[in-house]
Amino acid sequence: MTDQLTGGSSTGAVDSPAPSRPSDNAPAGAAGPSGRTGPLARRIGQSLSPLLWVGPAVALIAVVVLWPVVVMVHTSIQHISPDGFVLGSAGGGNYGDLFSEPALKGVLIRTVIWTVAVVVVTMVLSLAAAQLFNQRFPGRRVARWALIMPWAASVMMTALIFRWSLNASSGVINVFLRDVGLLHRLGTNQADWLGRPTAALVWMMGVAVFVSLPFSTYALLAGLQTIPAELYEAARVDGAGTWRIYRSITLPLLRPAIIVATLINVINVFNSFPIIWEMTRGGPGYSTSTTTPFMFILKQSYIGESAAMSVLNFGLVIVVVLLFLRLTRWKEQMG
Amino acid sequence: MTAVTADTTPKRGADHHRRAAGPPRSTTRGRTILLAFAAYVIAMLFVLPYAEMVITALRPPRELNRPGYLPQHWNFSNFTTIWKTGFGGNLGASLKIAAGATVLVLLVSLPAGYYTARRRFRGRTLFLLLVLATQMFQPAAMLVGIQREFISFKLPSPVFSLILVNAGFNLAFAVWILNAYFSSIPAELEEAAMVDGTSRLGAMWRITFPLALPGIVTALIFTFIGAWNEFIVALTLTLGVSNTQTPLTVAINSYIGQYSVDWGHLFAGAVIATLPVIVLFAIIEKHVVSGLTAGSIK
Repeated sequence: MTDQLTGGSSTGAVDSPAPSRPSDNAPAGAAGPSGRTGPLARRIGQSLSPLLWVGPAVALIAVVVLWPVVVMVHTSIQHISPDGFVLGSAGGGNYGDLFSEPALKGVLIRTVIWTVAVVVVTMVLSLAAAQLFNQRFPGRRVARWALIMPWAASVMMTALIFRWSLNASSGVINVFLRDVGLLHRLGTNQADWLGRPTAALVWMMGVAVFVSLPFSTYALLAGLQTIPAELYEAARVDGAGTWRIYRSITLPLLRPAIIVATLINVINVFNSFPIIWEMTRGGPGYSTSTTTPFMFILKQSYIGESAAMSVLNFGLVIVVVLLFLRLTRWKEQMG
Repeated sequence: MTAVTADTTPKRGADHHRRAAGPPRSTTRGRTILLAFAAYVIAMLFVLPYAEMVITALRPPRELNRPGYLPQHWNFSNFTTIWKTGFGGNLGASLKIAAGATVLVLLVSLPAGYYTARRRFRGRTLFLLLVLATQMFQPAAMLVGIQREFISFKLPSPVFSLILVNAGFNLAFAVWILNAYFSSIPAELEEAAMVDGTSRLGAMWRITFPLALPGIVTALIFTFIGAWNEFIVALTLTLGVSNTQTPLTVAINSYIGQYSVDWGHLFAGAVIATLPVIVLFAIIEKHVVSGLTAGSIK
């Protein structure tokens, strides 16, 4: 993996003049008939050519990803009618409304529990799954295809499948639980998992883990590929056992992959919307809402307050990510 | 180990060694059977929910509330009904959005990925950091901003807005993976072609792009699937659009009523929406590991 890094920089160092296109960058007079450009024109061409190659990507990111943040922050200090008309400035009014929202505290606490629980369980399970799917066995290809299904399918569809399977009177999960004796009767309150906030949250966290597993497992599988086989051989020659090898070689060398996968999971799970939206709509009340469904419900009538919630959510994500990078000493890890 | 060839080769070496010096063959065999069994069980668990989706779609409406693993009769009426009520229009909308976003990402990320792999220029690190940072921005978290911005653009159809949004949010992954693939292809190959009289662009087109094809295809399929499956922005930007013009994810949600859900038709739609992406994903499955390896190193 390191030679790929250095390989990258050495190829970059081979610096023939930038692919300057005289017709584009230089004044017509400077470009001779042979297409040669003067030193000044060439320098202009060189400093402009990154713009030509990378500029469209920057423009797309700016318009689609960055500008909405600006609009969002601006909206959060505006007074806006539910149908979207700006009625004037609201100052900090939207934030005042937001912080006096009685549901906010519960929503924030649930978001933290949701994120931590889902990410931790996902990472532990995918460490095991990556180890398993990295072994050679007949049919591994097909088994891996099965593993990617929740990654390929829309999270929304998966959430709907689970909502249907948990249906109190005919959901297949309840039918199964009855058949193995864990559920006494279909159609009872006990079978109505999604009607009880705590049970609903636990099931939804399960679905969140389910849809996060494929990516995490693949990220860790990718990490396992980068560990040189010689290390394992040397350890085995030294007489190390399986568990000892795992703890002293696999886990430390897997650290970068674990960090990246955890980070991406934290961001995704924190902002997760479709699971909760499709399975309980965040209700009853806001009792199963995390920040994103809460924000979405607010948006339907209080656009400014919803924007304030988005800004708060955004700030929290940045804090969490920075904290995470700090805790894992990301910089040292990645060089 | 380069991004292009990252495969299971190191593992094979380890296995070989273990077999040579390790426990007798029969133990290894028993272990393999046990591993395979565990993997199949897990694989089953991952497939079952989607099997239930297909089974429910094929259940006749009157059997929907009859508990049981399989229906007594199978029928396709859910599929024919949704097709007759204009599901084709939704499929078309999703195709336009996903294909549009994929083409746009290709046009924008190919030059960016290539250039950042081949040259050091001022702002290169900044650009790559910007691309990385967009990973932190999730459409769900900035919906208010996206909605207000795109309403003010007054584009003729939400399809255009959704192409732009999906392209923007899927660009980061495409740039990273392409950058990694291009970096792994020696620049000397292009230079050799240039010595033979090919132009730089010609060398890029005829030498580098074909070699990076697995990376390009992976990036494109990821973008396509991402745009195809996108839900929350589509739900927001297609408010007020006719039911037959919304993308699949939104159309499927229209079967959810305030008090009851039309599960049979919903899952028929879900099957139509899910099958193509599962097939696409299966095609690139073997490149996903190498793609992620490359992505996580940078």
